[in-house]
Amino acid sequence: MKAIELVGITKTFGSIHANQDVNLDVEQGEILSLLGENGSGKTTLMNMLAGIYFPDAGHIFVDGKEVVIKSPIDAFKHKIGMVHQHFKLVDLFTAADNIILGEKMPKFSIKEKAGDYKMQAANEISALGDNLDEKAKKKAISKINNNKNLKICALPFVKFGKMVAFNHLSRGRAKKIQAIADQYGFDIDLKKKVYEMSVSEKQTVEIIKVLYRGADYLILDEPTAVLTPQEIEKLFAVMRKMRENGKSIIIITHKLNEVMEISDRVAVLRKGKFIGAVKTSETSEKELTEMMVGEKVDLNIERKEPLGNNPRLVVEGLTVKNKDGGHAVEDVTFTVNGGEILGIAGISGNGQKELLEGIAGLQPVESGTIIFHNPKENKPVTFFHNDLKQIKHKAEMGMFHYPDGTKVDLKGKSNKEITRLVNEEQILYYENEIIDLNKKTPREIQELGIKLSFVPEDRLNMGLVGNMSIIDNMMLRSYRKGKSIFVNRKRPKALADKIIEDLGVVTPSDMTPVRRLSGGNVQKVLVGREISSSPKVLMSAYPVRGLDVNSSYLIYNLLNEQKERNTAVVFVGEDLDVLLALSDRILVLCGGKVSAIVDARKATKEQLGLLMTKMPEEVERYDYAPLNLEEKEEAGELVEQQVQETTPEQSNEVAEVADVAEVAKEENTND
Amino acid sequence: MFVTLLTQAIRFSAVFLYGSTGETIIEKSGHLNLGIPGIMCFGAVGGCLGANMAYNAGMGNFLTIIFAIIFAMLFGGAMGLLYGWFTISLRCNQNVTGLTITTFGAGVFGFWVTSMGEKGIKFYKASRAFTASMFGAVGDDWFSTIFLSHGTLVYLAIVIAIIVAIVLKKTRTGLSLTAVGENPAAADAAGIKVIKYKYVACVLGAAIAGIGGAFYLLDCTRGSLEPGVIEGMGWLAVALVIFSLWRPGIGIFGSFIFGLLYILPNYINGVGFAEKEILKIIPYAVTALVLIVISFFNKRETQPPAALGLSYFREDR
Amino acid sequence: MTKVHEPLFHLSKNTNANAKRKWALRGIFFVVSFFVCAILSVILTGKGMDYFFKYFFEGLFGTERNVWNLFHETAILLLIALAVTPCFKMRFWNIGGEGQVLMGCLGCAVAIHFMGGKVSDAGTIIVSIILSIAFATVWAVIPALFKAKWNTNETLLTLMMNYIAVCLVNFFIKSVATSGTGILTFNTGVVQPILGNEFILKIIVVTVLTTLMAIYLKFSKHGYEIAVVGESPNTAKYVGINSKVVIVRTLVLCGVLCGIAGFLLISATHHSINDTSVGGRGFVGVLISWLGQFNPVFMAVMSFLVVFIERGANALANGGVSLGESYPSIMTGVFFFFIIAVEFFVNYKFVFREDIQAKLDNFYGKVKLAFSKKAKSGQDAVQAPSNEGVESTEEIQETEDKQNIEQQEQIVQENEQKQSEEITKEEE
Repeated sequence: MKAIELVGITKTFGSIHANQDVNLDVEQGEILSLLGENGSGKTTLMNMLAGIYFPDAGHIFVDGKEVVIKSPIDAFKHKIGMVHQHFKLVDLFTAADNIILGEKMPKFSIKEKAGDYKMQAANEISALGDNLDEKAKKKAISKINNNKNLKICALPFVKFGKMVAFNHLSRGRAKKIQAIADQYGFDIDLKKKVYEMSVSEKQTVEIIKVLYRGADYLILDEPTAVLTPQEIEKLFAVMRKMRENGKSIIIITHKLNEVMEISDRVAVLRKGKFIGAVKTSETSEKELTEMMVGEKVDLNIERKEPLGNNPRLVVEGLTVKNKDGGHAVEDVTFTVNGGEILGIAGISGNGQKELLEGIAGLQPVESGTIIFHNPKENKPVTFFHNDLKQIKHKAEMGMFHYPDGTKVDLKGKSNKEITRLVNEEQILYYENEIIDLNKKTPREIQELGIKLSFVPEDRLNMGLVGNMSIIDNMMLRSYRKGKSIFVNRKRPKALADKIIEDLGVVTPSDMTPVRRLSGGNVQKVLVGREISSSPKVLMSAYPVRGLDVNSSYLIYNLLNEQKERNTAVVFVGEDLDVLLALSDRILVLCGGKVSAIVDARKATKEQLGLLMTKMPEEVERYDYAPLNLEEKEEAGELVEQQVQETTPEQSNEVAEVADVAEVAKEENTND
Repeated sequence: MFVTLLTQAIRFSAVFLYGSTGETIIEKSGHLNLGIPGIMCFGAVGGCLGANMAYNAGMGNFLTIIFAIIFAMLFGGAMGLLYGWFTISLRCNQNVTGLTITTFGAGVFGFWVTSMGEKGIKFYKASRAFTASMFGAVGDDWFSTIFLSHGTLVYLAIVIAIIVAIVLKKTRTGLSLTAVGENPAAADAAGIKVIKYKYVACVLGAAIAGIGGAFYLLDCTRGSLEPGVIEGMGWLAVALVIFSLWRPGIGIFGSFIFGLLYILPNYINGVGFAEKEILKIIPYAVTALVLIVISFFNKRETQPPAALGLSYFREDR
Repeated sequence: MTKVHEPLFHLSKNTNANAKRKWALRGIFFVVSFFVCAILSVILTGKGMDYFFKYFFEGLFGTERNVWNLFHETAILLLIALAVTPCFKMRFWNIGGEGQVLMGCLGCAVAIHFMGGKVSDAGTIIVSIILSIAFATVWAVIPALFKAKWNTNETLLTLMMNYIAVCLVNFFIKSVATSGTGILTFNTGVVQPILGNEFILKIIVVTVLTTLMAIYLKFSKHGYEIAVVGESPNTAKYVGINSKVVIVRTLVLCGVLCGIAGFLLISATHHSINDTSVGGRGFVGVLISWLGQFNPVFMAVMSFLVVFIERGANALANGGVSLGESYPSIMTGVFFFFIIAVEFFVNYKFVFREDIQAKLDNFYGKVKLAFSKKAKSGQDAVQAPSNEGVESTEEIQETEDKQNIEQQEQIVQENEQKQSEEITKEEE
C-alpha cells in the first residue's frame, strides 16, 4: 500500500501555476528525493501536504484513505511532519521546550479514570478466589477498596496537576525525547538554548520535534543546504535509520550526488509539472539532470560580441561570512570585464546575495580583495611603448584621449602619424585608477566617484522605499549632491518621467508610492534608476524574478545596452536558458565556491546543472584567452604587485607587461 | 520607627507588585501596555464600589474583600479587553492605545473622586476590612508587626506573584505564553492559538493590575481619595517590570525596594524637602540603568520579549 | 473537495482607498465621537442636550479671550507634537516628550530664578531660552545615544526619564522655594505680552515653527534621510546613510523644539513652575503626532480638535453642574478611542469569501432596486426629513459600493501579483 498518494494536485497563485496536475506517491519505508530547479513547485507541493497551503484541485491519500489537510494540526493528525527550510523555533527556549511547544495534553477525565479503578478493584476482588477464609477475604477486599477509594480521591489533584501541566520537563517527557534521539542516533543536548546552537543542531531539534509529534511521514525541505559534509553524512545516517524503522521520507534537494547517495526513488518536477519518477538504482546523474532542466529553449535574446577584455572588477579570494558564522562565500576569484555580461548561476542561497552585497560594501568581507579599475578617473600616464598594434588596440578600447579629454579615433591615421602623436604626448593614455573596495562603506564607494550600481533581489526591502513616490525613490542615490540643505526634486522628477516614458512604467503618476506598482514596474523603476547614473559596473540579482515575459525582455535589452556602453554587467539569474542566451561568460557557484567559469556560447544546460550541484575536481576558469597560462599568471601576479606598491613608475611598467600579456592573449584568440 | 518603616514598605510594595505582575503577563504576550496606570485607576474605582456595596449590605470582612477583588478585576479586565481589542484585533499602535487608556482611566478616576464630593476619607469604614490583619490579633514584637500585621490583599499580591512566576517558568501555559511573546509565528506553527493567548493575557493582566489600584485606596490610604497618586504608582509598576527583568519572582523583592523608596522620604528626619525628591528619583533612575545595562550586555535571557510592541497577524494564505 | 478552509471573510490591507473616502470616514468618526461625548455629558449632568451645547460652545467661543485661549492651547500642544514627530517618522518611539519639555521648563526656571531682577529682562530671556534648549536637548539625546550605541529600548527609557524629570523639577523647586506649595512663581525676567495680547507671540512662533517643520520634513535632505531610515533601514544602508548619526541628530532637533516649548510655557505663559507645568501635553503630543500621520498640517487639525473637545468639556465641567477637573480627560479619552479605531477601518478592509460577496452584492442590488422604486413612487409625495436622511445614506452606500468593487478588483490584481512573487520566493 502506498503511504502517501497525491493525485492531480493543482495549485495556482494568481495566473501562475505553481503545481499543475501533479501525481506523486511515496511507498512505506522509502526515501524519495524530490528534484527540480528553482521555481519548479517542489516546496509548494510539500506545503500542501504540511497544511500550509490548500490545493485548488486534487486529492491526497494517506494510507489509502482520502484526507483533508487544512492546517499544520491536521497534518500532525495524519502523521505528516515537515521540517521547513527556515526553522520555526523560539530562540530563547531550550531544545526540549521547543520540542514540546504546543503539544496538546491528552484529555484527562476523572470519571473514566475512576471507572477504570473500580473495574480494576472488582477484577482484583474476583481474582481473589475461594481458597481464602472469610476473615482474610474481608480484609483483602477492604484493603483493595481502600486503595481504590484513595486513588479516586487523589484524582482531582492529579487532574489539577495535568491541567496546570507542571511537568513540562518531567523525567518522563525528557526521557521520551531522549529515547527518540537515541533511537536515531541524534546527538542532542536538550538543555541547550536554541540561540546558542549551530544550524545543524537547530535542524536536529526540528526533526526531533516532528518525530516527537508522532510523524511517520517526514518532509525535509533542503536539509543539506546549510550543513557541512560531515553533518550531511550524519543526517543521512539518521535518515537511513528512520527508513529501517518504517518511516517514509521525502527530501527536497538540488544536489545530485546526495540524491544518488540517499534516495530509493527520485521524482522530478519541472515548471510545476510532474515529469516522472525513477528508481535511483536505475538512473544516472546525467539522466536526472536532463529530466530536471528539460529541452533547451531558444529565447531569441540578441547577444553581441563582448567589447574586449579590459578588467573592470577584479575579485580575488573573497570570503564573506553568513549570519550563522559559516562561510556564505568562500575564496571566490573572478574578473568582470567592461563590455561583457558575466552571468552567475547557482542554486539560490549558494552565496549569490552575499557575494554581491560584499562587493557593494553592504556586508563585512572577511578576507580577499575587490579591485575596481576606474577608467573615468583621468590619470594621464605617458605611454612610451612603441608597439603600434598595442596602441591601436588600446585606442579601440577607448583608452587614448586628447589632453582635453576627448577620445581619440586612430582609424585612418598612418602608423607614422600615430607614433608621432604618442611620442610628442599629443595623445595620452589613461590608465585605470585602481581602487580597493574592501572595507569601504557604500557611501565611501559613492564618494570616491565609483559608479557601481546594484539591483538587489528584494527590491522593496533594499533598494527602494515602498511608501515613497517614484520621484523620491529616484533621488535615493543622488540626493546628497550639492551644498544646499534642501533636496532638489527637479532632476529626480525629470528622471522619473524619463524612466516612466522610456521603460513604459505603468503608473498613475510620478507621485505614486512605489509599493502600489506591480512587480515588473517596480523593477523597471529600480533598474532605470541604477543605470541612469551611467554605471561602470552594474550588478543585478534576479532582475527578472516575478516579471512577465515582456518586462523580462525589456530588462534583458537594458542589460545588453549597458554592455554596449562598455559597462561590466554582473547578472545573477535562475533560469539557465536566459543565462546561456544572455551572458558572455557564466560563473557557477556551488556552496559559496566557484565551481567553474564557462563560455556561455559553448556551455550546455546539463553542464551547468551538474556544476551547480556538484563541485568538479578541477575548476575551469574560462577567459577570452584561455591559453598560455604561464604568461597570464605572470601578468596576474604583477597586477597584484601593482596594487600593493603604487609608485607611478612601477605602475607604468606593470601596464606594459600586462599589455604584453593581453596582446598574447589576443593573438591566441585570433588563432 | 524602623519597624514602622519596614511595615509600611511592605504594605506599599503590594501596589507595585499587583501592577507589575499584571503588566508582566501582558508584556510576556508581546504587548507593551502603557495603559497600566489608567487600568489601576479603573480597578480602584471598581474595588471601592464593590467594597462599599458589600459593606453597606452588611456583609462580613471576608465577603467585602471578595466583592472588592471581583469588582476591581472586572473593571480592570474590562479596560484590558478594550486594550486587547484595539491592539490585537484592530492592530492599533500599542503605545498610542496604552497612553489613551491612561488618559481615560485617570480622567474617570478623577471624575469619580469629584463626584464623591470632597476629598478625604470616604471609605474608611469599608476599608477596615482590608487593613485588619489577616492573622487576627498578633503580637507587637518586630517580627509580627513587619510580617504578620498586614491585610489579606498584601499576602494575596505575593501569592499571585508566586503563582504567576511558577506558571511562567514551570508550566506549559507559561511556555506557550512566552513563545507567543517571543516568536508568534513559531508558536502559531506549533499549534498554539496566538490570538487567544494574547487576549487572555491582556484581560487577566489588567484584572490583576486592577486589584492593585483598589488595594491602594482601600488599604494604603485607608479609604481616602486622592487623584493623581495612583497614576504615578502605575508608572512605577511599569518600571518595576523592567527592573525585575520580566520575572514576577524578582518582582516581589523589587516591589519591596520600590515600596521602601516610595515611603522613605516620609520617615527621614533632618533631611530637607529637596533631598527627599532626590530619593524619589532612585526607582526610575535604577530602572533606566537596568535597561541600559541589559542592552549593553545583550544577554538573551534578560531582554524584553522579542515581539514586544509588534502586532501579529498570520499572513493570508 | 470543497474549500472548507476559507473563512467567511478575511482582512486585507486597503492600499487603494482614495483620500476622499478616508477623510469621510475620519470625519464621520469625529462627529460620532463628539456625539458620544455629548450623550455622556447629558447622562452625567442630568440635563438636556441644549445645556451641553450651551456650555460647551460658550466655553469655546463665548468671549474673545476664550477664542484666543483655544488657539493658544492648540499652538502649545502642536509645538510639542511637532517636536516628537521627526522621531516617530524615523520609527524612534520617543514617548518622553513630557519629560523633555519639563526639562526645558526647568532650564527656563533655573535661568529666571537666578537672573530675574538682577540683570535686564532681555538678558534673562536670552539666557533662559539657551538653558531651556540645553536642558531639553540633553534629555532627548541621552536615549538616542544609547539607542545608537547599544540599541537600548527607547520606549521604556524615555518613559523612565519622564519621571526623573518630574523629580528633578520638584527637587529644584523645593531647594529654592521658601513656601511648601511645590510651586515657584516668577515676577521678573519673563516675557511680557506683546501688542497687549499675551497669546499672540506663541501663536506666531508655533505657526512659524510648524511651517519650518513641514518644510524640513518634506524638502530638506535631513527630512529625506529621516524618512528613508524610518521606512526602510536596509535601503538606508544600501545608499550609505549612517542611521546612528541620523538618530542622534533628529533627537537633538526634538530636544531643541521641546526646549522652546518649555521656555514658552514658563516664561511666556505660566510665569511659574511646578511638576505639572506640562500637564500631560507630552503624552497627548505623542498621540497627536501619531494620529496626524506625522504631517504637520494634519497635526494642527488634530491638536485643534483635541483642544476643542478638552476646553469645551472643561467649560462644561465648570458650568452649572460641577463635574470636576478630570472630566475633560474622559472626553479626550473617548475622542482618542474613536480616532484610533478609525485608522483600522481606513487601513484595512473586509474581503468576503466569493460566495458571501456574491450574496452581499445580490442583497445590495435588491436594496438599490427597492430604493429606486421607492424613490420613484415617493417623488410626488412630500418627503419627510427622515426619508431624506435615509436617501443620503443609501447614496453614500451606493458610491462606496462602486468604490469597493473597483478597489477589490485592484486588490485582486495586486494579490495575484503578490502571490506570484511569493511563490517564486517560496520555491527557492
